[in-house]
Amino acid sequence: MSPWPAQLWRSRRIPLAWLLLSRQPARLAIALAGISFAGILMFMQLGFRDGLFDASVTIHRLFNADLVLMSPRSMSSISMAGFPERRLIQSLADPEVEDVTPVHWNFVLWRNPETRTTRSILALGFEPSDPLFIDSILANQAAELNQQGRVLFDERSRAEFGPVGQWFRQGRLVESEVAGQRLRVAGLVQLGPSFGADGNMITSRETFRSLLPASPHGSIELGLIRLSPGADPLQVAARLKKQLPQDVSIFTKQQFIEFEKNYWRSSTAIGFIFTLGAAMGFVVGCVIVYQILYSDVSDHLPEYATLMAMGYKLTDLLGVVAREGLLLALIGYLPAYGAGEALYALIRNSTKLPVGMELQRALVVFSMILVMCMGSALLAMRKLADADPAEIF
Amino acid sequence: MDRSRPSTIIRARQLCHSYGQGELRRQVLQSIDLTIAAGEVVLLTGPSGCGKTTLLTLIGALRTVQQGELEVLGQSLQGASRDQRRCVRQKIGMIFQGHNLLRCLTAEQNVQMGADLLPQRSYATRRGLAREWLRAVGLETELGKLPHDLSGGQKQRVAIARALAAEPRLLLADEPTAALDSRTGREVVDLLKSLARDQGCGVLMVTHDPRILDVADRLLEMEDGQLQETTVLPQAGR
Repeated sequence: MSPWPAQLWRSRRIPLAWLLLSRQPARLAIALAGISFAGILMFMQLGFRDGLFDASVTIHRLFNADLVLMSPRSMSSISMAGFPERRLIQSLADPEVEDVTPVHWNFVLWRNPETRTTRSILALGFEPSDPLFIDSILANQAAELNQQGRVLFDERSRAEFGPVGQWFRQGRLVESEVAGQRLRVAGLVQLGPSFGADGNMITSRETFRSLLPASPHGSIELGLIRLSPGADPLQVAARLKKQLPQDVSIFTKQQFIEFEKNYWRSSTAIGFIFTLGAAMGFVVGCVIVYQILYSDVSDHLPEYATLMAMGYKLTDLLGVVAREGLLLALIGYLPAYGAGEALYALIRNSTKLPVGMELQRALVVFSMILVMCMGSALLAMRKLADADPAEIF
Repeated sequence: MDRSRPSTIIRARQLCHSYGQGELRRQVLQSIDLTIAAGEVVLLTGPSGCGKTTLLTLIGALRTVQQGELEVLGQSLQGASRDQRRCVRQKIGMIFQGHNLLRCLTAEQNVQMGADLLPQRSYATRRGLAREWLRAVGLETELGKLPHDLSGGQKQRVAIARALAAEPRLLLADEPTAALDSRTGREVVDLLKSLARDQGCGVLMVTHDPRILDVADRLLEMEDGQLQETTVLPQAGR
């Protein structure tokens, strides 16, 4: 007895499903166009949705922190409340806390140096000697901030803030009015706009306080905590939660990111809107595939009846329709995937949203297409019941 | 008549069939008694609407038997399950008035659809069978053509090859020459008969075509749902 794959290959039959599809190129093209369209729509909507959620945490991801302290009144990055800086200092008492960075976080008005219009920008204030971001995003430029009235401007901010990056690279002196004060751009960083903030700037705590003189002294919006190597952030977080008063909440970095995403997910209609958009694509795809398979079965009904008269089982014929659905899903997914990649590149370029082809989304869209095609095939199979071999003589 | 194969492949006793219910009930077959032995070529004629096709579909296990006894290839069909009927159909080759070929398959693939019903044979063997049968019907040069590109006679010959490729023990044909001109019709019927002979396969053919009556071993005439054996056989073709 030969092994089963060889046995299976030996006992294979004419690939009827494939021939039915491939010998009717016009119908196949319409089916594939429909499936690809549905796939592209799903990729687009889900991509936007995930992109927007991801975009809401562009900065959150960059912080160099194991644990994050926030005020319990802070609901999201666009409504950060202050908490006593003392809490952050208190956390240093924990043996596994290595060091901390207090961070100011607020929105201020930035005047476009070219057009003189103002727009709200996210300002972060920190002690230039403290670590703030992972990697070398600040690239030794932090020292520039030691001088009062200097900022690092996020080059990836939206164009409405003015051609700051371009001017700075040309060697020009770039100055802008921020919250009524003249500030000089001392360097460029690459962070990226997020959902709540169209642009970002980083400055020293001293400069920050001068921009917002009304904010209470000794109050910060964010406390970054770094732990000694090997420490378990969850354990330390639990310990700190017991030791620190109720006027501060403690997150691990991941929880901090999820907290922000969750805000946008639950308190805005974004998730619903884009999921609905993806569902529309799914429904449109279902209708098209069902139409194609149904008319394919109807057109070939006498042939199916002939096969039944010859002694083929009904399940053989159902299998043909099922395989047609499977083939359509497989072939239709490829152009959808390609178009999805192209679309994401387009979105990245035009909106600067961090949208990419993620494996999980690629699999979700594939399963949706598979369900779409197999479901349609299942419905189209009912038509096979009309194939009456007694009627063909 | 070939007497070396005495075994009976079709036996019908008091077979009745009717369509419709109640007032509209119309009896199309009345007490049919019929026996066909293996290797016999039997022609069935009669005016249209007399029940020939109904008889053919009953014998072909395509309809359920309502009343009477019917045994085809050793399986009694009264009260037979769907699957039992399908198994009988596998052993019956059917040739239709229209060729009923699968439009999206080539001649060779159409014939292999017949051979694919044979269990325990490798793909290569079944493909070989398909080619052999196409050669036997004289179409070895048209293997890769779609039905669309074949003439009516060629299509009908492909249909014969397809029916025979499943190695049937009984061939049922419903006016196989209806769509063909007289010369092609003659060729097709002669081919059908000689190939069925070689296989020891019984043939029951419904026809209106008086020019092919001479291929029959026996001639049956049906009128108003009743069967009569015509004793005088035209012997010209033999």
